[in-house]
Amino acid sequence: MLWETFKLALQAILRNPMRSFLTVLGVVIGVAAVIAMVTIGKGSTAQVTADVQKMGANLMILSPGQMRFGPGNSGGSERAFALSDVDRIIDQIGSVETAAPSRTSSLVAVFGNTNYQTRVAGTDSRYLTASDWAVAEGRSFTTAEESAGKNVCILGETVRQELFGRADPVGERMRLGAMSCQIVGVLAAKGASSFGTDQDDVVLIPFKFFGRRVAGNMDVPTIYISVRDGFSIERATNDITALMREVRRIGPGEEDDFSLRDMEQVASMLNSVNRVLTGLLSAVAAVSLLVGGIGIMNIMLVSVTERTREIGIRMAVGAQAGQVLLQFLVEAIVLSALGGMLGVALGLALAALGAQLLNVPFTPDAGTIGLAFAFSALVGVVFGYFPARRAARLDPIEALRH
Amino acid sequence: MAAPNPPVIEFCDIARVYGTGAAEVRALDGISLKVEKGEFVAVMGPSGSGKSTAMNIMGCLDRPTAGRYLFNGIEVGTLTRDQRALLRRHYLGFIFQGYNLLARTTALQNVELPLIYKGLGRAEREAAALAALDKVGLADRAHHDPSELSGGQQQRVAIARALATGPHVVLADEPTGNLDTKRSVEIMELLQALNREDGLTIVMVTHEEDMADYARRLIWMVDGKVQSDRRTKGDA
Repeated sequence: MLWETFKLALQAILRNPMRSFLTVLGVVIGVAAVIAMVTIGKGSTAQVTADVQKMGANLMILSPGQMRFGPGNSGGSERAFALSDVDRIIDQIGSVETAAPSRTSSLVAVFGNTNYQTRVAGTDSRYLTASDWAVAEGRSFTTAEESAGKNVCILGETVRQELFGRADPVGERMRLGAMSCQIVGVLAAKGASSFGTDQDDVVLIPFKFFGRRVAGNMDVPTIYISVRDGFSIERATNDITALMREVRRIGPGEEDDFSLRDMEQVASMLNSVNRVLTGLLSAVAAVSLLVGGIGIMNIMLVSVTERTREIGIRMAVGAQAGQVLLQFLVEAIVLSALGGMLGVALGLALAALGAQLLNVPFTPDAGTIGLAFAFSALVGVVFGYFPARRAARLDPIEALRH
Repeated sequence: MAAPNPPVIEFCDIARVYGTGAAEVRALDGISLKVEKGEFVAVMGPSGSGKSTAMNIMGCLDRPTAGRYLFNGIEVGTLTRDQRALLRRHYLGFIFQGYNLLARTTALQNVELPLIYKGLGRAEREAAALAALDKVGLADRAHHDPSELSGGQQQRVAIARALATGPHVVLADEPTGNLDTKRSVEIMELLQALNREDGLTIVMVTHEEDMADYARRLIWMVDGKVQSDRRTKGDA
């Protein structure tokens, strides 16, 4: 009987394919949007995790000031680090493999007639070690270049492409803002980061060159630290914190005026932002499901009116109210479930496309798909019930006269 | 409890009143009648005489306002909607003036419709529906849609649908009302044969005296009352 009802519902739906399609379009869009959002969200979470793995789970970032919100934490009062702090950390803490200063600014890079706005980072070759980044062409900075603050630079892949196309830039001279510098190397391509920012859109110059010509002082706003394999992050965190408190003369009981984050923390921060965004977008998409449900209710009401006589005939030959109810309910459910299926297919296609554009892995999740599909069927139950009940309550005599 | 061999239909002083107060209409005003198994009864009367109302009550589609209706000895007045649907499903067949076939549904599927509700399996259902179509002479039209059939053929499909479940009574509401004389005669001859040869009990409302003559008994109604109840010329 249920199978009969199901077949009957399918027949009724296919009798008017265009109308049925337009009816379920709302559900299709809703489900597709939810699937696409959640799948891309999961993909980018996976990407963050993979990035962290790539950067090395033993990378830590030391920056001045506390990560704090609200009043009493006005910016600008933070004490920067000094270059000597970097050497102290390397020399005095055994679990630290290496550390590098970093300071960035946005400058225009010019080569020939081509201008390109990019991020310029003052750092040194230890940064490449700490972040596990290789030089693809040419070489890294020499110790002599670093200590003299020579005007040399290493290009990120994106900058290379923008300014030189396929040509080999090593040995060329280019301008960075008002400065002229010689290109000594090109970094290996890293791709987009978890948030879609292009990590290859960068020019590295020696920290002292940056301090002298761009910043005007030798303050260090960020220190990258990498911990030796096999040493605990927690231990290194405690040691570095103790050292920095001593160097910065923070008395007992006073709060740290710097913060030290490891990549786990960075990842979880990124991921929580990611989750909030995904949740918000999915909520918007869910509204479309609701609207889609109302569309289904509307067309089912029309259908009940159109088929009043059919309902009367069914009742005359012995259909009980519950059977008529079931018939229309199943029809609404089949309709919305078909919409759900189309939506899943469309959503996965969109997610695959989006994943490619955003450069995150495409990770379809059976749970999400099942949930979205079940939800679309539920929409059919909820919004199909009222029209079905109206059909079931028809008076057979009136219905036959219709 | 039911008597050993109760009449198929028994009306005891049945009234059906629509509306209240000044707008009150007494469609049936105290009718008593019996239809025994194997009868072929024609019901005639002017418009508004209560024929259709009586048929609706017989068909368990409506309930009397007062009086008792016994169907096969079962008191219908106290049954719920769903229980009356079960009575219709198992014991009643309907033939309408406008055929009332489902559009875009083949003759076979139309005849199978009541059998679906009866819970028959696919093969059984198809066999029963084909047998019924064969009985009305339309076995070769089983896979045609109603739109591909003439009025007379559509009415035969409707008769097959009424017969398919093996009902105790077939109720026909002006079955020839939409047909020309030739087709009407064919339909009436079919009903007459079903009554005479298979012992099918039929109650039929009609406007045409010629058609009523195919029945064995004629009930004439006026103003919600039975005015006369007699044998027809055709009752031989």
